[in-house]
Amino acid sequence: MNPSPHSFGKSLFELMSSMRFAISLLSLLAVASIIGTVLKQAEPYSNYIIQLGPFWFQVFEKLGLYDVYHAAWFLLILTFLVASVSVCIIRNAPGFARDMRSFREHVSEQSLNAFKHQHSANTTQPPEALAATTQRYLEGQGYKVKNLPREDGVLLAAKAGSWNRLGYFLAHSAIVMICIGGLMDGNLVFKAQQLLGYKKIEKRDIPQSQVPAISRLSASNPSFRGSVQIPEGSSASVAFLNVADGYLVQELPFTVALKQFRIEHYTTGQPKNFESDIEIFDHAGKKIREATIAVNHPLIHDGIAIYQASFADGGTRLAIRGWNLFAPTAAPFDVTGTVHERSTLTSEAGNYTLEFIDFRPFNIENMGGETTATRDTMSVFGGSPVSDKKHLRNVGPSFQYKMRDARGQAREFSNYMLPLELEGRWYMMSGVRESPNESFRYIRMPLDADGRIDSFMRLRGALMNPALRPEIAARFARQALPQDAWNTEIEDKLKFSAAQVLALFGEGGFQTLGQSIEDKVPEAERDKAAGTYLRILELAAFEALHIANRQADLPAPKADDVTGWLVRDSLNSISDIFVYGAPVYLQLMQYDEVKATGLQLTRSPGQNIVYFGSLLLTLGVFFMLYVRERRVWLLVKHGRALLAMSSAKHTIDFEKEFTQHAQALDTLAR
Amino acid sequence: MELALNQPAPLLKRLSWFDWLFAAVITAGGLFALSRFGEFMDVYEKAILLAAIPSLAVFGWFWKPFRALFIVVGAISLFAISQYQGTLARMEEAFFLKYLISSQAAIMWMCALFGLATLTYWAGLLARSGFTMKTGSVLTWSAIAMGFTGLMVRWYESYLIGTDVGHIPVSNLYEVFVLFCLITAMMYLYYEAQYRTRQMGAFVLLVISAAVGFILWYTFDRGAHEIQPLVPALKSWWMKLHVPANFIGYGSFSLSAMLGVAYLLVQRGILASRLPKPEVIDDMMYKAIAIGFAFFTIATILGAMWAAEAWGGYWSWDPKETWALIVWLNYAAWLHIRLVKGLRGPMLAWWAVVGLFVTTFAFLGVNMFLSGLHSYGTL
Ligand code: HEM
Repeated sequence: MNPSPHSFGKSLFELMSSMRFAISLLSLLAVASIIGTVLKQAEPYSNYIIQLGPFWFQVFEKLGLYDVYHAAWFLLILTFLVASVSVCIIRNAPGFARDMRSFREHVSEQSLNAFKHQHSANTTQPPEALAATTQRYLEGQGYKVKNLPREDGVLLAAKAGSWNRLGYFLAHSAIVMICIGGLMDGNLVFKAQQLLGYKKIEKRDIPQSQVPAISRLSASNPSFRGSVQIPEGSSASVAFLNVADGYLVQELPFTVALKQFRIEHYTTGQPKNFESDIEIFDHAGKKIREATIAVNHPLIHDGIAIYQASFADGGTRLAIRGWNLFAPTAAPFDVTGTVHERSTLTSEAGNYTLEFIDFRPFNIENMGGETTATRDTMSVFGGSPVSDKKHLRNVGPSFQYKMRDARGQAREFSNYMLPLELEGRWYMMSGVRESPNESFRYIRMPLDADGRIDSFMRLRGALMNPALRPEIAARFARQALPQDAWNTEIEDKLKFSAAQVLALFGEGGFQTLGQSIEDKVPEAERDKAAGTYLRILELAAFEALHIANRQADLPAPKADDVTGWLVRDSLNSISDIFVYGAPVYLQLMQYDEVKATGLQLTRSPGQNIVYFGSLLLTLGVFFMLYVRERRVWLLVKHGRALLAMSSAKHTIDFEKEFTQHAQALDTLAR
Repeated sequence: MELALNQPAPLLKRLSWFDWLFAAVITAGGLFALSRFGEFMDVYEKAILLAAIPSLAVFGWFWKPFRALFIVVGAISLFAISQYQGTLARMEEAFFLKYLISSQAAIMWMCALFGLATLTYWAGLLARSGFTMKTGSVLTWSAIAMGFTGLMVRWYESYLIGTDVGHIPVSNLYEVFVLFCLITAMMYLYYEAQYRTRQMGAFVLLVISAAVGFILWYTFDRGAHEIQPLVPALKSWWMKLHVPANFIGYGSFSLSAMLGVAYLLVQRGILASRLPKPEVIDDMMYKAIAIGFAFFTIATILGAMWAAEAWGGYWSWDPKETWALIVWLNYAAWLHIRLVKGLRGPMLAWWAVVGLFVTTFAFLGVNMFLSGLHSYGTL
């Protein structure tokens, strides 16, 4: 037999307002929320594919797990919660309201006697008198008392803590309000438009102005949360909303221009403050206002809140000196570039695309120096809370770029503009890595006495120039041998060895040299051979520098410690060039910094509703938890008084209070 | 005759001279701070300071032992500050600072005293010795005094490092763990007096000891006790409200979980003759969850309002926010089951115990395993 519609509606109502249903919803909501914290939300879809594999990627996408909190099923749970709480309020409201006002004065003596908490006392006083003193007592305890004379005596009906019920209304309507306010600020409007085919997310990486109308939201969109990057000196009149694996363009009712972006630093180098000086123009180009926004200090204009959210490089212009690393000479060339833009590089090794990624005016680096634990008494307490950050140092500007070869393979480089001191000597540093999840490996190029890398480059050019090798070898042999051995067979042998070492090194660095030793020398003698080769190489390299200086019309290198280190460091560095992965080194000479601010723009009409709801929620929760609803009845007849007490919630406090009232009655009735 | 009926006298008439002295000390201290440092505060910070004066006074009137605690902590902290003579180096020279009341020393003393208090409570519980358990309470009080002194001095030290570095010590996991220990212990001591039972100290101090263990590991292994300047996102007066409110919530939920453990043991007859009756434990557990829920509600709302100012939206479903919601829903469900369905007994005790895991994940797990806006990695 089918249930009649009436009873179906009724049982639905029953179900929705039942506690079991409510608890299930709360649990379900909690579990659903957990999913969204375990799986990182709103990542680029390619990350999910890597993480999950193609099959599960699709399953998860269908379930909306990349944006759980806006998935249809999640909103459905929320809707059910709102409905359940509403039905619950509707159901309880009339009864609770009546109950708040009522004194429940129609109790019979019989029912009072059946109360779990009741107490009777004998008395000699006339009922009116005892009722009056007890009434005063109860009023003193915060009760509202109704005095009801009856044929056989007096009935006092008293209540306290009715606001507990009010708390129920406040807290539960607050839940409804907060959810509604939250939904208003969600993207329901867009979702509906998308479902009906009016709007579509844009997935292509194209200039903003070319995004078609179907992916643009008008300035009258009631709620949105978007972001935009503005370089210094530029402006924006749209924001971008990230949706799923694409984006939407949100038109703004005004134009925001960035005058300046600033970062303040603590003395330790950590950032202290991010600030943007912005100007707002209307679409006719008239300036409306000027403001400085900072983290925690947004600007609210025209119902839209503008936040300082992030920062980036806004297209810094870079003047760069390029050094060919494999050329037999040391002549640099000039390149200019702009961050976020590309240029091409033609070299002997083929054509390369340079993609300038970023520029950083500061780099705070940990310059080593293990903090040794101080062995004093303070260490018993964990040491001083004043951190010893002396090893942190600003090592100056750096820029990042990718160098992509004709086949599309790219490596990423990060070069410092200023030299770095390591173990008492100075180097130019260039980092390289194959993929963003690796850390940079650094090549360090030694500076000469003038503080430049020119000597290193000259030496490199000479060593990589096969035409110079006979001359270098000859000079080396003459220097190494006493005069009476010149023009002998020994000299020829030495020249030959030197030429061979130079050739091996010039073609692949220590790597090839080592390989050759491994191939030709028996294992037992390898260490010795390596030592000899190294010695030859160092001395020959010194001669190479001699020749290179002469060719460049420079004075001969001094045979001192400094030059010794320069040669040794250069050899290491030249050897690294073979694994550097690029045919050129780019040295930053000058820059003209342009910063960009990352702003977030939001319009959230539901916010005030949410806040008001929150206020009610707080009040309601306090009323419900801290206002205890209690009722007391006292029936006084000639010779006997009967006290009864009830409360919806039994706690130890209630028991105590009952005992207190009972004792009070005994005292009063005496 | 009415005198015998213990009618509540109006609040103001119930106050003793000590209550008034306490209020006067607080008012004087607050106004002094305002006049001395007012020019460095924004209007919200001034409002918070001014509102703190009556709040603390009334809190002391409501919970009497707080008055003595406040005055003792205040006196020791002022003494410590005077010992610094304005230079941090004194920390390693002045005897008192070096061994007792520089922030780090005081916090380590707090740790030691909490450890001792735990042992003492257990000894008292097992030996049924009221005196020993009383010693446990005294040790707990001393630990609280040292802990608060440590935080106060740390606040001052942060300004000695640099006026722009100085900030209230509730800004990182190390500092809030200290706060957690203090709040949990204070809430417990309040209930201990209310219910006239000391046996539960053995249980509640266990969770505090666990937190102390974490503090020690965090200090010695990670050096987390170093005072760091605030990241820009945290530079807001909201922090002063949001974080402490949250920790009243976390503290009381942990308290209730330990009461839940005690309840379950008594149910099974373990230590039953030594512990209070299950009804009493159950009532304490409810009270703890109620106050925790109320403050957690406020903390979450304050957090949302702060987020609206710092991150551009009052709710971003950031993992920390979401877990706060989960914790909140969990205890909302707990309260409904108990108060609306009228359920009592082991099921609710189990639930409170499980609640500790949920809470711990929200408090610690999120920081360790999940990243989001709360890790302040975006700027
Ligand atoms: C997120 C959702 C909710 C929250 C935060 C919430 C909060 C609360 C709180 C804190 C109490 C106080 C317990 C007490 O009386 O001491 C309460 C009571 C109550 N709640 Fe909810 N509630 C929610 C949803 C619901 C739903 C969906 C229903 C209906 C099925 C409901 C029905 C009730 C009822 C009937 C009471 C008892 C009121 C009384 O007797 O005073 N609640 N709620």
